[in-house]
Amino acid sequence: MFSLLDAWLKGAVLEVQEYVRLQIATIRGVFSRPFYFHDVVEQFEQIGIGSLTVVLLTGFFTGAVLALQTGITLDQFGARPFVGRLISASMVKELGPVLTGLMLAGRIGSGIAAELGSMVVTDQINALRALGTDPVRKLVVPRVLAGFFMAPVLTVISDTVGIIGGWLIAVFQLRVASSVYWTSVIDGLYLDDAWMGLAKPFCLGYVIVTIGCHVGLRASGGTQGVGRATTNAVVASSVAVIAVDFFVTRLMITLLY
Amino acid sequence: MERPDAEAPVIVVDKVSLAFDEKVVLKDVSFTLERGHTKVILGASGSGKSTILKIILGLLKPDGGSVFVNGERIDTMSETELMQVRMDLGMVFQEGALFDSLTVAENVGFKLYEESTMPPDEIRRRVEEVLGFIGLNDFIDRMPSELSGGQRRRVAIARAMAAKPGILLYDEATTGLDPITAITVDEEMVKLRDLENVSSIIVTHQLRDAFFVATREAVRRGDGYEIVAADARKCDEAEFIMLKEGVVAFEGNAAELRAAKDQYLRSFLS
Ligand SMILES: Nc1ncnc2c1ncn2[C@@H]1O[C@H](COP(=O)(O)OP(=O)(O)OP(=O)(O)O)[C@@H](O)[C@H]1O
Ligand SMILES: [Mg+2]
Repeated sequence: MFSLLDAWLKGAVLEVQEYVRLQIATIRGVFSRPFYFHDVVEQFEQIGIGSLTVVLLTGFFTGAVLALQTGITLDQFGARPFVGRLISASMVKELGPVLTGLMLAGRIGSGIAAELGSMVVTDQINALRALGTDPVRKLVVPRVLAGFFMAPVLTVISDTVGIIGGWLIAVFQLRVASSVYWTSVIDGLYLDDAWMGLAKPFCLGYVIVTIGCHVGLRASGGTQGVGRATTNAVVASSVAVIAVDFFVTRLMITLLY
Repeated sequence: MERPDAEAPVIVVDKVSLAFDEKVVLKDVSFTLERGHTKVILGASGSGKSTILKIILGLLKPDGGSVFVNGERIDTMSETELMQVRMDLGMVFQEGALFDSLTVAENVGFKLYEESTMPPDEIRRRVEEVLGFIGLNDFIDRMPSELSGGQRRRVAIARAMAAKPGILLYDEATTGLDPITAITVDEEMVKLRDLENVSSIIVTHQLRDAFFVATREAVRRGDGYEIVAADARKCDEAEFIMLKEGVVAFEGNAAELRAAKDQYLRSFLS
């Protein structure tokens, strides 16, 4: 029993140590040569453009359902015209970043873990090293940069379509005048909220991609190992999205308010 | 690149040992490879042949012993320092290990595209040239997934040769190839060794290919070259080692291997 716990603890410490080491190597890779520009562009496209559809859909329906639900609650106080305020505040501060994060964890985190994992088990990572190319610079750095910069862009897009979804419901279902809705949306947006809503996705994008890379690069044991790595990456990065969201919120509240 | 001392051995493996968890894979393995020579590593499946090649490339760190490549001790080097050493090494991986997101041409020219300043059209010419050696010119723009197993193996060979390394490590390069293609590959190995002074380690189960490389010689004839039977001195330069359960069970040239009395060796050769 004790030795089991001991082994588990050792494994966990090693895992964290390797994760930190990968991050250090990645950050060093961002700021020094060689820098594989072409791969960076490719990953921006893969991660950014590739995730657009799912982000648009989730953003839109989240905003719409939010309008439906809050419409009922607000009616109890006769506050239906304020629906826009609620939607913009919750989309921008919480739902936009977190839901985009979760979608990216499912789409990007798993994809990266599967791709890098199968490169590990088929010796392609070894071949890369043998050819004199650093896998961290060639594979990890472009993905981390793309995740870090594209997550905020995608979040802003998600926020926007969410507010538009809410507007459609507000106008056609709740019968709130368009101008009332938009005025309320603007009223609900404080500059501090915008900062928070923008800071979060940078952290989430970074965490999702680094976890995907870390888990993928440590895959072992054939195709089965790749499957395991993919599942682990999705689970770990989804949990990390929620956890990091909490800690960033906590930090920003101390800093901003 | 500056060539180190031509007389010194290119690879020295000294008392190398390695264990994966509890399982001991290599125990005090030592050998030396001279410049322009061939070393053939034989051994049963799982005897640690691929592992020793990975150690020479610095992909794995040995638990004990030391490894020198071109006179530099590599087992204590950092990954960054190793990159420099690997510039002079080429390796054919057992399973090919082609990058499946890249075309054949991009695979073969990978090192030149990514890590050299050679202009793209010159790289393309070099890629066509090496693919020509192994008869795959028609496949230059295909994806690896569209190739047969033997074709993938040959692309892997071309990739290892493309950047003209001074040392080539072949892990089962001819296994699974038909006899005619295998001989083409063998001739290429002989040619690189004798005309370009490339040193090589050949891991194989195919004794016929091993003996072919050990007992032939490439000589220049006018513009081209010819493969002829090697003289005794040349034959002596190709050494065989046999790994058995992680230790070197035999070391010697082709004639000595043929004459060996050891029961295990005999059953391996027949
Ligand atoms: N990553 C690893 N983890 C654990 N054990 C390993 C690992 N890689 C290799 N081994 C073990 O090391 C031993 C030697 O493996 P190696 O690949 O060097 O064999 P080989 O001589 O190349 O065999 P083959 O002729 O089948 O290719 C094997 O018993 C294998 O099980
Ligand atoms: Mg092997």
